[in-house]
Amino acid sequence: MDLKKRILEIAPETQFVEQGDIKAIVPSSSFYALAKKLKEDEDTSFDFLLSLTGMDFGDSLGVIYHLESTKYGHTCVLQTSTTNRENPELYSVCDLWKTANFNEREVYDFFGIRFINHPDMRRLFLRDEWNGYPFRKDYDMDSNPLNMTNEVTEDKTTELTIDAEGNVIEKENTLFDDKEYVINIGPQHPSTHGVLRFRTSLQGEIIKKIEPYCGYIHRGIEKMNENLTYPQTLALTDRLDYLSAHQNRHALCMLIEKALGVEIPERVQYIRTIMDELQRIDSHILFYSCLAMDMGAITPFTYGFRDREMILDIFEQTTGGRLIQNYNVVGGVQADIHPDFVNSVKKFIPYFRNILKEYHDIFTGNVIVHQRLKGVGVLSKEDAISFGTTGGTGRASGWACDTRKRKPYAMYDKVDFKEIVYTEGDSFARYMVRMDEMLESMKIIEQLIDNIPEGAYQVKMKPIIKVPEGSYFTSVESSRGEFGVFLESKGDKYPYRLKYRSTGLPLVAAVDTITKGGKIADLIAIGGTLDYVIPDIDR
Amino acid sequence: MFDFSVVSSWIHQFLTSVMPEGLAIFLECLVVGVCILAAYAVIAMILIYMERKICAWFQCRIGPDRVGKFGLLQLFADVIKMLIKEIVELKNTDKFLHALAPYIVILSSILAFACLPINKGMEILDFNIGVVFLVAVSSLGVIGILLAGWSSNSKYTMIGAMRSGAQIISYELSIGMCLLAVAIFTGTLQFSEIVAFQADGWLIFKGHIPAVIAFIVYLIAGNAETNRGPFDMPEAESELTAGYHTEYSGMHFGFFYLSEYLNMFIIAGVAATIFLGGWMPLHISGLEGFNAIMDYIPGFVWFFGKAFFVVFLLMWMRWTFVRLRIDQLLKFEWKILLPIGLFNLVLMILVVVFKLHF
Amino acid sequence: MGLKKPKIKSIKYEEFQDNESLEKMAAELNANGANVILGAVDDVINWGRANSPWSLTFATSCCGIEFMAIGAARYDMARFGFEVTRPSPRQADLIMVCGTITHRMAPVLKRLYDQMAEPKYVVAVGGCAVGGGPFTKSYHVVQGVDKIIPVDVYLPGCPPRPEAFLYSMMQLQRKIKLQKFLGGVNRKEKKQK
Repeated sequence: MDLKKRILEIAPETQFVEQGDIKAIVPSSSFYALAKKLKEDEDTSFDFLLSLTGMDFGDSLGVIYHLESTKYGHTCVLQTSTTNRENPELYSVCDLWKTANFNEREVYDFFGIRFINHPDMRRLFLRDEWNGYPFRKDYDMDSNPLNMTNEVTEDKTTELTIDAEGNVIEKENTLFDDKEYVINIGPQHPSTHGVLRFRTSLQGEIIKKIEPYCGYIHRGIEKMNENLTYPQTLALTDRLDYLSAHQNRHALCMLIEKALGVEIPERVQYIRTIMDELQRIDSHILFYSCLAMDMGAITPFTYGFRDREMILDIFEQTTGGRLIQNYNVVGGVQADIHPDFVNSVKKFIPYFRNILKEYHDIFTGNVIVHQRLKGVGVLSKEDAISFGTTGGTGRASGWACDTRKRKPYAMYDKVDFKEIVYTEGDSFARYMVRMDEMLESMKIIEQLIDNIPEGAYQVKMKPIIKVPEGSYFTSVESSRGEFGVFLESKGDKYPYRLKYRSTGLPLVAAVDTITKGGKIADLIAIGGTLDYVIPDIDR
Repeated sequence: MFDFSVVSSWIHQFLTSVMPEGLAIFLECLVVGVCILAAYAVIAMILIYMERKICAWFQCRIGPDRVGKFGLLQLFADVIKMLIKEIVELKNTDKFLHALAPYIVILSSILAFACLPINKGMEILDFNIGVVFLVAVSSLGVIGILLAGWSSNSKYTMIGAMRSGAQIISYELSIGMCLLAVAIFTGTLQFSEIVAFQADGWLIFKGHIPAVIAFIVYLIAGNAETNRGPFDMPEAESELTAGYHTEYSGMHFGFFYLSEYLNMFIIAGVAATIFLGGWMPLHISGLEGFNAIMDYIPGFVWFFGKAFFVVFLLMWMRWTFVRLRIDQLLKFEWKILLPIGLFNLVLMILVVVFKLHF
Repeated sequence: MGLKKPKIKSIKYEEFQDNESLEKMAAELNANGANVILGAVDDVINWGRANSPWSLTFATSCCGIEFMAIGAARYDMARFGFEVTRPSPRQADLIMVCGTITHRMAPVLKRLYDQMAEPKYVVAVGGCAVGGGPFTKSYHVVQGVDKIIPVDVYLPGCPPRPEAFLYSMMQLQRKIKLQKFLGGVNRKEKKQK
């Protein structure tokens, strides 16, 4: 099927840009109809909104949508924009894809684009009284000094709708009634895994509604990137999701290499793959530890950390860092692997295979764990796709969403591994997916570790990297989902816009759906199994 | 067997010979009170040190070892720090109740502590309905917890207190059932007589099946009574930050902390007394020589040995299991433990009526 | 009473860095002289406080993971008396600011600090908390927590190694050992203008 033709049939004014990835530029008036058609038509069925990126084009403000079909695997990129910079308004797609809800709030927060028919048009990351929109190119960096007054949380929110005459009007929606028993879980709470805040409406112990508040660790990494050269931007990726440091950096390096058309030596591909998988094991051990701790068992927590230290030792040998390694660079890796690297990895794997049984003995086999996790926090496959909860969460709901299989990169098309998919969609499935994935990761490493080819560990790059004009998107499977990088380049040595597809934001968006009707304790267990990392959400 | 009543009656005689009897008794009460408080504090410290070391051992850590030899002085450091730490006064709260709550908790646990017979003739509160008294005073603590949660004027503490109320009142039933089973078997509610009853064999051996069931149910219910993991719902660090005592600081928090450990010891002590013979040495009928050797070990050694053994079991539970959810916790009590307790009661009656015990 | 060197078990005084500022602090404290008995009581109190600072469970980003690591099996901060981390600020003595503090988080951190009971100590962990770290040019990051709350020990690194964490905790212990509970304070919050 020719997608181009399809799009032109529905929206004839569409233009196509073929620099980098092919992009369809759709006028804002016909955008919603096109999106709806593309999603609902049987032969296109774009049911997965991979990424939603706000853009400031200088004269206009716009949004770029990356769509994907889980049925056919095809993708398309749509762009729509408005030239009204004073009062920009676009149509919301949050009724088509649930993940658009939070993403559009993010775009409103950063660019000030208001979405019509969006039920909850509030800022997502910044405080309500923030002046201006920081990601606009004309934003004054000094316009918001540190405000030490305590934040007042509003229970009202606005919605833009269109009345019978076709005018845009504002409507007021209520988040929480005055009579509801609302408790704040976070931002400082032992089991929100950082500084996430849930406002939770309770009826006794039962959760009626959850409203997540993000932004307590929003550092504006994407905006900072616009003033950094490409090699410099690499430094910040490790700090997004520090438990997928290698993978995040891998994604950005791959993107730049793809845009430049650089061929990467096979040795580098081997090293990157092994490192990615080690990182995945590391992250999943931490997942196990934290879940156990959230559920009140401290002993498995220390077991997990004990073994995690061994992976960190391996990392440290080669990269010199424990958590933030700064190892991948454009065109290769920073340094060759340590002479002992192969040995220590080979020593670690059999050890860990054994110890994994111990993990299952102390935690997985426990009756209470089964009671706490089985049948709790069920996320259906449709919801998982609609929210875009990739990674372990999606795979636990029966959605085979592993990027390593869907869009193989590095060595993943040459190694043999199984994609772990469970169909229950409950907390226990989410837990088991990750425990089983560790075994698969070890399998991948074992296939590669003995065959690392000789060769250069780096391609010599020019001192100043200039990416050709166009827009590019690459994604990798990070420890907790599909981590994507979107780059809009104007041919400069700085990126014009660099956006990271957060793996955690869809998870947080889905929390309300998953926890509905559960208990407070379930929220904690669900939060543990969703395994989000807050700095990755807030960026 | 060393009988402590020799010492106490000697002191009493000595005192009455130099002063009127009323004053003597008053003085004795004072001394006994001070002794209880001292013992309370010392045992709490031992327990905390023990918990830290055991927990570290379970978790492949070392535990405190830098402050003093083997970290033995660690607790003194903690106590000194806590004693002089600021006690935060809260706005918009009932200050009187807020300050009262930790004292109620600690009072109830001291009262319960006083019921334990430590050695032969070393019972402080010992009367014919001792078991009932113990159950009554130990459940007073829940009032303190509820007050603490309510008077802090915080939603977290409120939820913690409500959980605690539901949990403690439910599990009290199971404890009552187990104690009743023992009372049926021994035919008395007085601790000293229960211990004396076990002179020719501990109850857990004499009462075989029903006694073992009662022992296990008692341990589980007792663990829940003390709000310790896996039943630490009211505190639930990862859910409610610190549960009902979230807003307490300094020594007020210290009281909650101490009483948690002491309650654990009381549960263990009662279990040791009624199931494992208390201060009664291990006697095997027919082996007179063996029994005589056992009698050389003083009673309080037996008592503390048994009690700390049970404490170890409780800690083992605490550091292995995952926390339950509140509805599962209540379901577990009302649908599993309580029916077992009732059934066990009937079983015990049958055993006693048909003289099937040893 | 003259200057007493704060002792940390099995580590020499000279091996610590930044002894000068400690000595300066001690000299200021002892400028008016001290009562012998009060001094002895102070020593006991400081010994207790220094050996039992319980930290608040507080982490915003990467450094938090390393903070968890020092509580776990290999590094085990319980050895030094940092036995538990308390999730409630009322019961914590020490706040390790692990990670970046953003504009939105700043009032929350200040509030947490205010909620803690005296005596309270602050360790700024990691480049971000010390001075903004890699995010100095960001529009939403506080350039160092000392802009919000008084800091006792600065611990650079991104993230610092667990050994460095322990070192910073020992430095804090040394600082606590030089305090006065009776007769004079050496640590005042700046008055708000």
